[in-house]
Formats: sequence, C-alpha cells, structure tokens
Amino acid sequence: MPETNYDQEMAFFVDMQRCIGCHACEMACAECETNGQESMIHVHYVDRAKSPQTTVQVCMHCEDPTCANVCPADAIHQDEFGVVHSANTSRCIGCSNCVLACPFGVPKKEEKAELMMKCNMCYDRTSAGLKPMCATVCPSQALYYGTREEIERMRPDSVPVNSFKFGAQEVNTKVNIMMPKGTHQLVVE
Amino acid sequence: MAKLPTSVDKIIKEHGPHAAYPPKSGFEGSHEPDKLVKTHCCYCGMQCGIKLKVKNEKIAGFEPWMEFPFNEGRLCPKGVQRYMQNNHPDRIMGPIQRVEGKGFDPISWEKAMSKTVSEIQRIQKQYGNDAFAMLSGVSLTNEKSYMIGKFARVALKTANLDYNGRLCMVSAGGGNKKAFGLDRSSNSWADLKHAKVILVAGANISETFPTLTHYIWQARDNGAKLIVVDPREIPFARTADLHLPVRPGGDSALFGAMLKIMVDNDWLDHDFIENHTSGFEETIEAVKDYDLEWAEKESGVPKDLIYKAAKLWGEANTSFLMHARGIEHHTKGVENVLSCINLVLATGRIGKPYCGYGTITGQGNGQGGREHGHKCDQLPGNRDITNPEHRKYISEVWGIDEKDMPGKGLTAYEQIEAIHRGEIKGMISICFNPLVSLPNNNYVREALEKLEFYINIDTFLSETARHADIVMAGSLHEEEEGTVTTAEGRVVKINEAVPPPGNCRRDGEILMELADRLGAGNKFSYPTSEDIFNELRVASKGGTADYYGITYKKVVDNMGVFWPCPSEDHPGTPRLWEDRKFATPDGKAHFNPVKYRPASEVTDKEFPVVLTTGRVVSQYLSGTSTRRIGKLIDQYPEPLMEIHPKMATLYGIEDRDLVKVKTRRGEAEFPAHVVETIREDTVFIPYHWGGKFSANQLTIGNLDPVSKIPEFKVCACKLIPTGKKGSETRTETAYQSWL
Repeated sequence: MPETNYDQEMAFFVDMQRCIGCHACEMACAECETNGQESMIHVHYVDRAKSPQTTVQVCMHCEDPTCANVCPADAIHQDEFGVVHSANTSRCIGCSNCVLACPFGVPKKEEKAELMMKCNMCYDRTSAGLKPMCATVCPSQALYYGTREEIERMRPDSVPVNSFKFGAQEVNTKVNIMMPKGTHQLVVE
Repeated sequence: MAKLPTSVDKIIKEHGPHAAYPPKSGFEGSHEPDKLVKTHCCYCGMQCGIKLKVKNEKIAGFEPWMEFPFNEGRLCPKGVQRYMQNNHPDRIMGPIQRVEGKGFDPISWEKAMSKTVSEIQRIQKQYGNDAFAMLSGVSLTNEKSYMIGKFARVALKTANLDYNGRLCMVSAGGGNKKAFGLDRSSNSWADLKHAKVILVAGANISETFPTLTHYIWQARDNGAKLIVVDPREIPFARTADLHLPVRPGGDSALFGAMLKIMVDNDWLDHDFIENHTSGFEETIEAVKDYDLEWAEKESGVPKDLIYKAAKLWGEANTSFLMHARGIEHHTKGVENVLSCINLVLATGRIGKPYCGYGTITGQGNGQGGREHGHKCDQLPGNRDITNPEHRKYISEVWGIDEKDMPGKGLTAYEQIEAIHRGEIKGMISICFNPLVSLPNNNYVREALEKLEFYINIDTFLSETARHADIVMAGSLHEEEEGTVTTAEGRVVKINEAVPPPGNCRRDGEILMELADRLGAGNKFSYPTSEDIFNELRVASKGGTADYYGITYKKVVDNMGVFWPCPSEDHPGTPRLWEDRKFATPDGKAHFNPVKYRPASEVTDKEFPVVLTTGRVVSQYLSGTSTRRIGKLIDQYPEPLMEIHPKMATLYGIEDRDLVKVKTRRGEAEFPAHVVETIREDTVFIPYHWGGKFSANQLTIGNLDPVSKIPEFKVCACKLIPTGKKGSETRTETAYQSWL
C-alpha cells in the first residue's frame, strides 16, 4: 500500500442538533471523483409535519463491520486505519446482503450498476491529509472532522459517543454521535 | 416594444430555464485543473471564500478555501453548486434582439450598441432625459455599482436610477442612518462567538445565510442564549432558548413591549443613555402605555415569552442583535429596525467586545452595493444626492459641472408606477429580475409592456429579459475582477477565473462602450477594474462609507478589509463605535420613538388569512441562476404553501392538496405543505419562482415612507381548496413559467 498522510488522531463527529437540513453535505459528497455524482451521505426529515428536525445518515465505519462480515464476495474491505471502503466493483455481486445487515441502514445498492456504494470517509481526501468533503462544507458544523480533544474542548455541553446497542448486538464505530453530557452508549431497543 | 415576441413555451424551449447537472464523471479536468482561483461565492451577503477549479478556461468544479477567515471552507448547497453557472447550456452567448413572432435572434455587438444608443437618444430627445430609466442589482461588484451610478448620471443623464437593494436592505439602511448616522453592521461576526445573548429577528439564518449558523453555535457552546423572532419555526429556531412566533406585521409591538419591560425593571445602561445617546425620553414615552396583554394581542406572541425575552435581553452582560428581511420588508420596515436598535441602545451594548448589532445582507453585495451611488438618492461614499456639498465633491471627482448632475430620482417600484403614468418610456436594466422579485408583478408586467424600448444586460434570459428589445450578454461573478463588501462590512476580492465565453462581454466593458457612444467616453476610460476601484476610493473619501484607505493589495494580503478605512495606513474597522463617537451630527446615537401601527393591509372577512413570503435554502432571490441548477431544483422543486394543521383542517386541506391563494392583486395555485411549524393564522410561500408559480403575484406594492421598500412580508389572502392533488414531485414543471 502506498504511504498516506492519513491521521489516525482525526475522527468524525455528527451532531444532529446542529443539522439545518441544508443538504450541502450531499452536494459536496457527490463531487467526489469516485461517486459518479451520487451522494454517499443522506439527509432526512424525522417528521416534517411536526418539526424541521433533520438527521444525517452516514457510514459509521464500524470497528467490526457487519456489512463486510456478511459479504459473500469479500468485496467490502476495512483498511488498516479502520475505514470501511465501498464495495470493490470487480467483486461486488449486488446481492444486497450488506444493505440488509447494516444496523445503521447505510449501504445503498445502486440498482443500475448492480453495485453497493457507501461512504469511504472521503479516502481520497483523508489519505492526503484533507478533511472529508461533507464535514468540510457543513455550514453549521453538524458534521465535524478533527480530534476528540478538539471537539471536547469546543463543545463542553456534549460528549462524543461511538458505542451502540441494537438489541443484543453491541457495535463500536469510528464515527461519533454528539450526545448530551453523561451519555455513554446509544441503545436501540 | 417590450412585449413578449413569441410564446413563453417557445422562449423557454430555446433559452430555458433548463436544469443542468454535472456529468457523472465530473467536468473535464475537475481532477486535474489547470489552476485553482481563490474567489467568493456569487450568492448571499456572507460571500464565503471558495476556490474554483479551472480547466481550459472553463470552471470544472470547486475546492473549499480553508484559509478564508469567515467560512474556513464551509459552504451551503448553493455555494457548492455555484460553479454550475459557467458551463450552463442556457447561457446567452452573445447579444440577441427581439424578433416579433419568432423570439430572439443573435445580432452583432455593433448593431446591439448602435440600436440601443439611437433608441436612448430618441426617447430622451422626445420625452426628456428622465424618461429613460435604469435599474441595477447588488449582486454586482463594488466597481460595477460605482460605475453604474456614474453611468446613469453622467452618460444617460437620468435621475431615474435605482437598484434591487430597494427590495432588500433599504429599511435597515434607513434605520442605521437615523440611529447611528452610518449604514453598516456595527461588528464583525467574530464578536458573535462570545456574546451571551443573541437575538435574531426576521432572519431565517439557517436557510438564507447557512454558514453564519456556525458562529451562533459557537456562541451557544460558550453559554449564549438564543432568541429567535419569526412566524415560523425555522430550522435554526428548533433548538432556540426562546422562539417568539410573531404575527407578520407585529414586530414593533413586540420590541416596544420589550423596551417597556426593560424600563419598568431598570434593565438599562443609564451612563450610556445619558452620555452617548439622544431621544431616550421621547422613545419611552411612545411605549409607556404598552402592557403585556396589549403586546400579546398585537404581536401574536404569548405574553410570558415577551417578558422572558425582555428579561433575557435586559439582564445580559454582552449581546448581539441581528435582523433581516423579516422585519425590513414592511411599510414600517424602518420603524421595525429602529425599535430593534432602541433595545440595543437602552442596554448600551454596542461598540465594545462581544456586543453588537448587525443587519444581514441578503444579496451578494447587498452591503457594498448600497454605498457607491446606484440608489436614486445617493452618491458614492453613501453621500446624499440632494446635499450641495456632496454634489460638488462628486462632480469634481467625475469632472462634470454640478448643475449637470441629475437630482433625486424614483425608487424601483416608483419607476414601475411612473411607466404606468407614461413618464418613463425606456429602460436599461442589469442584474435585476423585477418580474419575479417586485411585488404585485402582474402590474410590473403591464408596465414592461408599455415601454417603447427596453434593454437588458444579463447572463441568462430571465423572466424580465424575455421582454427586452435587446439583451446584451454580460458576465458572471467569476468572469470579472473586482471587490464586494460582505454583510459584516469586510471588503473582499473577486478574482477572474475564466473569461466570458463565446461572444459575451464583461459588464464593465459593455457599460464603457455605451458611455462612449453616448458621448461620455472620456469619463469612462478604465483599463482595469482596479482603476475603477481607485476612483471609487477617491469618490468615497470623506463620506460615511469611506474606502479611501483600501487597496486591492491590502484586501488580498489581509483576506479582507473592513470599512471605514480612511487612509492607507489605517487597518480598517471591524468594530464600530468603540470611541462612542457616532456618525450623527451631534455625535450621539439616536433613540427613535416608534409608535406601533398596523400593516398596510390587514385581514378581513373577505381575505381572512395572513400571507408572508421568504426563501428556501436551495434557491437564491429570483432564481435566475439557481432555477437552472439541477440539484438545487431537485432539492425544492416548486413553491409550497406552508399551512398549520389547524387552519388546514378548517379549510379541509390535506398535505399536497392544491390550494388557490387569492389576494386583491392576483391568484395562484400552490400545493399545501401542512406543518406545525408555522403560526395558525399565517401561510408562507417562497418567492423565487416566476409566472404561475410566483408568490409575488399576490404581494402588495405599498411602500415604507422612508425606505420605499415594499411590504413583501404581510398581506391578506383567502384560501380556496381546488379539490385537486398536487403531484408528489412536479420537477418537470418547476422551472417553467407561463409569462
């Protein structure tokens, strides 16, 4: 593997409170040269009839990625930095196992291409010492890319959480969700 | 002969709007550009820094400009997609002329220029100089704004020049001048980060200035409390400490009541009031009878929220107040602004760290564009065209006799009225789409059709340009060098990334050639934009908007310089009034009494619902460019009418039902968007679209007596369910319009 400038001190943080639903992240993500003008990050309303609250759906880059574990073609690769990469185009058979297995509902199958695509943490940028495009442009910094120390200093009222419990399954991720102080784990019953 | 030459369908087929998308693999060279050009987004008053990728003299994409101090790479969806204008297939690639029954045909620049000049001369000879009017826009650079002010007065010799800032910032400007003697936000946004209370009135920051939200969140991380005044729960208000859902038109009742509560509780800075202000006693006299019950009734805000807001604001140590069109687009826009400024002055929280007051400019150069003399009553440096000393100074700079300088002209909407009266017969406009952006636009269309000759300078064939006899193909933001002034008063540099394509010309060159053919060529000889700027510096010297000490080099070296900057060794002024010397004649900040009065049109039995208008995040102003960018269209394909479930139930309206909205000016159908995030008595429609999707068919042309801004933000309407369902996605019709 060629040498990279990937900085393992840097992490990705998502703060839903700050999201203003502007879709700048989607627009910027689609500019990535590997995405074919498709966005790998998705913004959704929770319930627009009641609130303008939006959420951002981005690959959480699990420490033990279920999507890769269930891939029958071994198309999904996790690199030495913990980044879970989009399906290898020459291997992916478009079976959708990853789509069904991901606890966060992240990978999408591009039907036309018979190919799974998802965020690879802007590897072209992060491996060159840059920040992911979505976190760079996010105007409210609901998406932030930096060190844990930086975010803890800047946002004293919240805490990054990267441990999730889905029923019996415990998932730890490279991506953090900003939660009220005192939160240690997000539990989905 | 400013009638449409052929059907709208035929015009749209040829000139759009058409939705353009980037190629799947990106534009050629987007991964290996020839160069990266540092410049700024072409849209709102934040003017975020951005780098444009250039390949083979075309824009191929963008790269965040991390070092630019305001946005540090951050952008909104419009900023990300702004690069799409340059490659757009709808671009007018050279001058075109109206051909009856056919549409528009290309013509040579020679014919376009000679026909235009002969028509200007014919009309002015027949009807007088003022019968030929000019309208301009504040998405233009400072250099172009300045040149237009001079062009209209010196080359066209007309008094009737105005600008589309008349629809944007003039109420704020009028209030600023009355209170402070100078028209600029008092602080850079940097002071926001450490303010302990932030009050945002009538400014949907989350959708109109998204990159500013980060500053407010930083303040909140530092412990700031946020108060948002808006009839809708805008995204930004969702987590606010206080959201005051004011009824459109009720703002000054709310702010007056807050002032009264502050006086009653002695949440005042007596030392500041006594030593540095005037008019306090008269001002509190105007609100002495206000009580919470009355304020709740008139403003529509629950009285406990009014009290909480007054207490939060009154007791704070540091604070920042910001407002935008929500309180300014009114027939009492200046009064609304002054009632906000009264709250700031009463606490003395201005001119010191982490304390400030700011009006947020909606248009790209909404700040600079209102300083350099393309307002009907203004000369460069924010000078007054009726002031003999000001006229004399600028006449000398321009090398003309003062008696040849036209006087005060008509404002934008007054020009439309003057066309109807037969006083204006010809018009030239640049960067202004009044058929979408002015209120009561059926009346505007009728006016355009009465013009004997209309010339338009633009990059796309806007709804208004379709009425032109000749359209001159001008330049985009990235095709000309210059400066703009951001909403915080920072002058930044716009750099030419690519030359104008095809047979297009730079706007500045078009104006210079017209001036030459009109016999004023010796007054318009500028080899470069920097030469224009250097003349602007001299013209602004000694004015309240003093740019004399700002040079291109200084702007580039410092990534922006704040005016006033009176000498070359002056660093610029990010924070005004630190010396407590205000720009008023007596050197004091002026309180202004504001007595609440209702909106110009209130609801009644026939029109029982309040209609208000505004913007969405993916569109910009009249949508001339953003309604051509595919991804921005897809994000919000058509204007929806936001309505509260309770009112929807009353009318039997469900989500996506088509509802006819009718006012005394017109009627149009919009799909209902049933949401709890709007007042129960108010509906909201965004205004970016033209033709049958235009919200401004419905709005009212009544004007503020001081600023002459129209009352876009409140009128009375009735709702008539059509029994039809709007389609889930009407993207295919989103960029059409019938006229």
